[in-house]
Amino acid sequence: MTGTGGFEAHDGYDGYDGKESGGERPYGEAGSGGWGSDGGPGEPAGTGRGGRGGGSGDLPRGAGGRGPAPAPRIPTPRASVEDSGLPLPDLADLGDLAPVPLDLSHDVLKSLLGAWALAACSAAETAAVEEHLGGCGSCADEARRLREAVGLLHQPESLDLDPGLRTRVLESCLSRRPPRIPVPAWAAPYDAETARLDALLQDFGDAEWHAPVRLRWFEEDAPTSRRTTVAGVIAHLLSVDGIIATALGLQDPLAEVAGAAEPDARGPAGRTEAFWRASHFPPTRAVRGPWREQSHSLVRTVSFTGSHAGGLAVSYGDFALPLHDAMLDRAFECWVHAEDIADAVDYPYEPPAPRHLNRMIDLAARLLPTALAERRRAGLSAPGRQTPHLVPAGAPGRSLRLEIEGAAGGEWLIPLDSPAAVGSADLEVAHVALDGVEFCRLAAGHVPPAEAAAGQLGDREAIQDVLFAVASLSRM
Amino acid sequence: MARKDVPPRWDRKMQQRLARGEAAALGETYDRFASLVHNLAHRVLGDEQAADAVTREVFAHIWEHPETYDPRQGPLRSWIAALTHRVAVQRLRDREEREQPRREELESTVRRASVAARADYIVHSMPAPLRAALDLAYFQRRDYRQTATDLGVTEEEARRRLRLGLQLLSTAHDAGTPPGYRGAV
Repeated sequence: MTGTGGFEAHDGYDGYDGKESGGERPYGEAGSGGWGSDGGPGEPAGTGRGGRGGGSGDLPRGAGGRGPAPAPRIPTPRASVEDSGLPLPDLADLGDLAPVPLDLSHDVLKSLLGAWALAACSAAETAAVEEHLGGCGSCADEARRLREAVGLLHQPESLDLDPGLRTRVLESCLSRRPPRIPVPAWAAPYDAETARLDALLQDFGDAEWHAPVRLRWFEEDAPTSRRTTVAGVIAHLLSVDGIIATALGLQDPLAEVAGAAEPDARGPAGRTEAFWRASHFPPTRAVRGPWREQSHSLVRTVSFTGSHAGGLAVSYGDFALPLHDAMLDRAFECWVHAEDIADAVDYPYEPPAPRHLNRMIDLAARLLPTALAERRRAGLSAPGRQTPHLVPAGAPGRSLRLEIEGAAGGEWLIPLDSPAAVGSADLEVAHVALDGVEFCRLAAGHVPPAEAAAGQLGDREAIQDVLFAVASLSRM
Repeated sequence: MARKDVPPRWDRKMQQRLARGEAAALGETYDRFASLVHNLAHRVLGDEQAADAVTREVFAHIWEHPETYDPRQGPLRSWIAALTHRVAVQRLRDREEREQPRREELESTVRRASVAARADYIVHSMPAPLRAALDLAYFQRRDYRQTATDLGVTEEEARRRLRLGLQLLSTAHDAGTPPGYRGAV
């Protein structure tokens, strides 16, 4: 860590420690300072929320309610200050200990009515206001009106809008009036996944935004992970989506970030680190707006550039993908990280729509021959014991049949010995069967290859090599 | 409530993009307003499926007839709220005609929904400092002293904003035409 005052809540690459690594260690334990000193995702230390007994229950000391508690996700129940053991914040709160009514003037009591209706004043003030209401008709009338108004702020139904509704509504619209400028089919998964994630973020409070998240992926056949927060994940998505924004001539979200122009900051991880480093404070909910705006502009821009731009190369630093694949890749990453976030706040999250998932799997299958070749080059896999025959470009080569089960499934023949070869059923040496979502978790580096629930038949070495190659597609 | 104020320019541009037949604009409109539409519809009809159906109908109207929105008459948000209210109430009346309920029950449902729609409008059009104070005190559960600190204002000013914000909001209970947008939908 640098210790130079930039925010440091992200500690180093700290070894993968199994599938359940999410929250087994207290956040911030690594001593990196930053805002990890929170008492956990529930209650930031030291703020001592003024005595507001028990979550979303009754409003001012039994004087009416905020309505039924919303879904359990939000808000987290707060302990009242009396129970928290924290020092009471203010002289005015001494009333909590010695219930002597405060002697406040009529004007001050009147000015407190709004705060009172919102249960946002001290216990002593609450008591003083309520005593006053017994004897002052005009204040009592106003108090009643204001308390009813508080009820209007409450919108519990906003918590859960069925994510599938978006697709259904948009499709029904588009069938009634065909668009003149459609969203290309290869951008639809990105459009859908960013919308789903955005809906998940909709009602996050500070506790959720700062909940710890562990990003996991594979590097050189070894599991790797990195800690951040929910907001840090969105900053990561913003930084990496920026690669496509830049390729399309849109503004780079890292344009103002120092060090972002360095050669080692060109890839996804480098850009993310640069973005994180440049913030003096940990990312907050403020990162949602720029991320969402950028994802909307990407969808809009690729709709206008249309299908002929699909082949435009998008550079990720060490490698490049054609635009349509890069958009699929970003859709995939968006889903994977949305799931990381959902896990962190203990909320369910569904896999993408089958036809979108199918496209993501297809992209991974198409990237596999190159990933296999890279593993050979890096010495991570021995060239097959059978003669590693060089296959002429376009000729059929030794192949593995990848069978993906489920609604998003299909079959792919993966040429094993050269990216230039063509998969061949006649030269099939192995057959692997996997569930679609399991395959994606493997490709995301969330499941170690040895533990992937895969049905296997044939050349075991080839199978292991392919499973590791799938995991090697993952990155931060 | 947490959303930043959206300049009217956004509304005009969105209308142009919808009129141009940009599918991406439809998606953006949905992302911004779907929960408003669904909530209002749910308040009127009290059931998920019916709210889904209203949502479909409202966005179909926005997509097929974006020109019926007049930016000079008010924000897009209010237009969509009014449209939703109309579609939902229509659906409610159709349903109740078939089911013959007590008339006053129907009227009170409609009235509650109108109040909710007005409240939404008021929250989204009140001065930003008032909204920020309510947001902190209600949604973030800060007391008024913490609210004052967060906003960098005096405690007195925080109390004033909370009271004034709620006073504005309470006018949603006053009878009147449904939400802000006065133009014909």
